[in-house]
Amino acid sequence: MSALSGGRQKREPSKIPYYIILIILALFALGPLVVVVFNSLKTSAAIGRNPLGPPLSPVFRNFPDAWTQGNFSTTMVNSTILTVGTIIGVCIIAATGAYAMARLDLPGADAVLLYLFVASAVPFQLFLVPLFFLWTNLQLTNTRFGLIVIYWAIFSPLATLLLRSYLVGLPRDFEDAARIDGANELQVLTRVVLPLSWPGLLTVALITAVQTWNEFFFAITFIQDNNLKPVTTSFYAFQGTYSQDWGLTSAAAIFIILPIAVLFLILQRRFISGITAGGLKG
Amino acid sequence: MEQGTSEHRGGLAKRIPAGGLRRRRHLTAWLFMIPLMVINLLVILGPSVATVYFSFTEWAGIGPAEFVGLQNYRDLLADEYFWQAMWHNVVWTILFLTVPIAMGLLGAFLLSQIKRFQLFFRIAYFIPYVVASVVNAAIWKNILDPERGIGSALASMGIPFLDGVSFFGNTRLALPSVAFVNIWVWWGFILLLFLTALQSVDQELYDAAKIDGANRWQQFLNVTLPGIRPTFIFVVLLTIINSLLVFDYVFIITQGGPAGASEVVGTLMWKEAFERFEAGYASAMGLGLSFIAGVIVLIFIFLRRRGWEV
Repeated sequence: MSALSGGRQKREPSKIPYYIILIILALFALGPLVVVVFNSLKTSAAIGRNPLGPPLSPVFRNFPDAWTQGNFSTTMVNSTILTVGTIIGVCIIAATGAYAMARLDLPGADAVLLYLFVASAVPFQLFLVPLFFLWTNLQLTNTRFGLIVIYWAIFSPLATLLLRSYLVGLPRDFEDAARIDGANELQVLTRVVLPLSWPGLLTVALITAVQTWNEFFFAITFIQDNNLKPVTTSFYAFQGTYSQDWGLTSAAAIFIILPIAVLFLILQRRFISGITAGGLKG
Repeated sequence: MEQGTSEHRGGLAKRIPAGGLRRRRHLTAWLFMIPLMVINLLVILGPSVATVYFSFTEWAGIGPAEFVGLQNYRDLLADEYFWQAMWHNVVWTILFLTVPIAMGLLGAFLLSQIKRFQLFFRIAYFIPYVVASVVNAAIWKNILDPERGIGSALASMGIPFLDGVSFFGNTRLALPSVAFVNIWVWWGFILLLFLTALQSVDQELYDAAKIDGANRWQQFLNVTLPGIRPTFIFVVLLTIINSLLVFDYVFIITQGGPAGASEVVGTLMWKEAFERFEAGYASAMGLGLSFIAGVIVLIFIFLRRRGWEV
């Protein structure tokens, strides 16, 4: 896996203490998530007798109950629309922007780079209040589209930076060939560059998907209508209502975790490298 | 990043002829930037500039804003709730500069020394980071519940001293408890940043240190730490900025309570804007906070320009 650990010397002291500490840390990280799974399989009475342990007689009733009482058939659709809409927009914005910066000799590219660096870290506190005012006047509050546009803006700077550094490392021969064949820049981008840069795009899409699916702050500020809420803010309200019914809320929590967990476990390598690289650049 | 820029510059200079074609190419480049620029102007840049104006007004968030000069800033300096919240941000920063960084360094170092199960551990440590904040908050509200959480679970095993303790409801415990939850989410991410950096430290430096008779700890101090300095400084910067601007976990778990015991500037500002409808005042607060964050980033950029390789 790592060049470093592969190159260790021959006779080293035992690694068992390392593994013990690493396992303790892993229990710390995963233990709480195991508790959620346990509690989702318990009745409220069972949780009262046995708050955190494994279920002695598992029940599955919490799942259908949480699904209907948590309005998940609506909020799952909302979150999916938000996530897909955000991914498409961010990919288009990032692809065109990154292409202009990496390939088209954009005048002032360094200034743009600096701006993107700042914009990817700009605190919401700086623009929230006038944005809410503007969105109210444009009648974009309480709409999924209005929220998607905000996500485009806040997620695209980092996505552009990531994709730009990916494009810089890509060979240009195919593009030049296409240009000689008379393709314009848009054609070069869509027919040559994007097909070649799908790993970069996939990373961007993945990071955007997780950020959007999990986003809480803008969702709670800009959407009050229960039928438009994504799973996160809907769950927040749900949890306030059923605050002591940990079986029910645990089952609801699993609905929210599951799509992201599956995505993460399938694509974890790309995912981790993307997020850590993104963190280092943005 | 710097390297990539100069490289693509050089590459293009060779390819592009001077004159009208070049101007057309510049125009094309800006056309491709339009989606990014328009969206950014509309959502981030425009409203950010407007915040500066509104911070000088008395404004309810709707209707006309009345210009009041520096009044909001004077109020801010005299606002004990603001200073209390700011102090909580400082406490938060101190906690986050120590606990997750120490855990991340330790974990990353141990992980870089092993071969088997490395992938499993990396995934395990990172998972809390990709779970939604509302869910993580709910998980810990459950675990730290005074009646149906870890306190009563331990009590039934004969360890009663946490029984009935309300971690989020106690004024002394609320802030560190919320910070603890956020640290649980955050440290695995820090670990992965450190691990990436550790894996790029030159193995020969370790070998040289060993020949000089350095023990593990000396190797860590003299080879590992200098080797990951850029990442380390980046993590420190990221931690300070994130701690200044923290919102999610505080808002979700305690809403800043009880009695303001876990209030941070982020949540206070949100309440001023959307619960007390003091949008002008909230703007001043947001701008003040962003200003501090901006100064810290500028110091970082300045050090970088001075060749600190941060």
